[in-house]
Amino acid sequence: MLLESGGAMIRLAVVSGKGGTGKTVITGAIAHVSTCSKVMVDCDVDAANLELILNPKVIERQEFAGMDTALIDQAACTACGICAGACRFDAIKTNGTSFVVCSDHCEGCGVCRYLCPSYAISMRRRVCGEIFYSQTHFGNLVHARLTPGAANSGLLVGIIKKIALERNSDCDLLLVDGPPGIGCPLISTVTGMDAILAVTEPSISGLHDLERLIRVCHPLSADIAVVINKYDLNIPGSDSIRVFCQNAGIPVVGQIPYDESVMDAVRKGRLVTEYDSPAAQAIHSLWDEILSTFGVRAFAG
Amino acid sequence: MPSKHFSRVNSGNSDLPFSYVPETSDNIDDTLIMKVTVASGKGGTGKSMVAANLAWALSETSPVTLVDCDVEEPNLHLFFPQDPIEREEVTVPVPSIDLDRCTFCGDCAGFCAYGALLVTKDRVLFFPDLCHSCGGCSLICLAGAIKETQRSIGTLTLRHISDRLHIVTGTLQEGDVLATKVIREAKRIAERPGWIVYDASPGTSCPVVETLQGSDLCLLVTESTPFGLHDLELAYSVTSYMGIPSGVVINLSDGRDKETRAFCEEKEIPVFATIPFDRWIAHVQGVGDLISRRDSFWKDRFIALGMACCSRVEEL
Repeated sequence: MLLESGGAMIRLAVVSGKGGTGKTVITGAIAHVSTCSKVMVDCDVDAANLELILNPKVIERQEFAGMDTALIDQAACTACGICAGACRFDAIKTNGTSFVVCSDHCEGCGVCRYLCPSYAISMRRRVCGEIFYSQTHFGNLVHARLTPGAANSGLLVGIIKKIALERNSDCDLLLVDGPPGIGCPLISTVTGMDAILAVTEPSISGLHDLERLIRVCHPLSADIAVVINKYDLNIPGSDSIRVFCQNAGIPVVGQIPYDESVMDAVRKGRLVTEYDSPAAQAIHSLWDEILSTFGVRAFAG
Repeated sequence: MPSKHFSRVNSGNSDLPFSYVPETSDNIDDTLIMKVTVASGKGGTGKSMVAANLAWALSETSPVTLVDCDVEEPNLHLFFPQDPIEREEVTVPVPSIDLDRCTFCGDCAGFCAYGALLVTKDRVLFFPDLCHSCGGCSLICLAGAIKETQRSIGTLTLRHISDRLHIVTGTLQEGDVLATKVIREAKRIAERPGWIVYDASPGTSCPVVETLQGSDLCLLVTESTPFGLHDLELAYSVTSYMGIPSGVVINLSDGRDKETRAFCEEKEIPVFATIPFDRWIAHVQGVGDLISRRDSFWKDRFIALGMACCSRVEEL
């Protein structure tokens, strides 16, 4: 139980591969049931939901600037079209007489500026989100809102994790609510973690996505464990997940039943563990099991 | 069924690498297409379930191509037992450095906006995961030491489900990050007459925007929870910013949809369908089947959903 007694900070990410398996509810409940000092990060910057159940008080906010974007000075442009021909992202559009940059497509590489014979292109800073630093009952929370439709989510994830670590280095636990998927934001989330809790559900897509997630996380040095949410909706499906985990050498540290009280709590903006219910009891057992599993393995190192 | 208001297929499809052409009956104008993206913001609301059932039901009478654009976690193929009939790699150009020519000047690393190159006094390190394949390094190298080679980042597969239903799946290679490139390629090879149903990834960032590009309509699948509503609002802001009309499907409904409906009413987004939370539906999904395949009641409901999409596009 090193986690409860202090020492070096432990970094735990709650991820899932498939979306909607219950990452955020479980992360919020862990924030509630764990007694150590902690800082939380919501790395699902596309659709951040932890704030809906942790009731954060925002104490600081800052702009997030992603990659620069190209801008064409129409007065200097001779409409030669070299930029449009060289752009690999189809970001430069023309109506035949003038050229403009479509900022949704521009990835900020700077090739157009380099090639422009009339020096008509400059690179401009682009704000594509906002970062919030907040207080909750359980510790500080760093969260963000990516401008809907914007790129650079992986970059934003890296920044908010860094802010959380730098400002809360004395905490025992860094608790991260991860994004769905296995791409850029997920890889940015799990990089540098000590432990990864994968939340899955008993469906063929749940298992398929878990397998891909595990293969992405495996090369990392983090220890991995699995929790099966809504396990009773498909008992044979839950058994298949157990078999997969056993073969992969990954511990299953909990199973949570389908329980309507979970969404009742969310509707009130509360945490599931603030009430007594089968799901709440299962999450208490889950946390005990996480402590004993990772306590000996990752958390002891 | 598709009307003259729907966007026309670009001519010259014959040079596409995938060779199938869906069978079309005489009464369907095979130059017309209807493109619908199924998106959600929040994960797990049932996008793939809606996309797969919609495609299955519509393929009863029309040619349909179902495109899995959730390339990080593609799932649509799990609902259909057929093996792929064609497979193709998605590659991107990346730099290859000729150390005999390299002068270690460091200009390439200085130019790279993504930090994918690092030049020391006698070495050049390349980090392929950070490279966006812009081609800048090979352009800028005065010594001519940088050529481009192709690197695989994912695969495209084609499944033939019936004469009227095909599935294109884009799969991002595990550990790779260029999801948008795989999505773009999957959409390119899926460009066919008839219905095209795109299943988007969760979220609101670049992969969703890439999927939505060129769609006639977006079906926003939500659930009656505060998380579902919050993320519906975000997803709607993407579709409205892109100027794509939308309609809502409330899935996993427990009847407490008042706030979701109030939001839709305020934004004038039609609610096309409400699907209850039901253990039978969860079970059918869980074993990889489709409710529209199991039960004609649901097939009719999904055909009606398709018709609602058509009417909405015509009306606008």
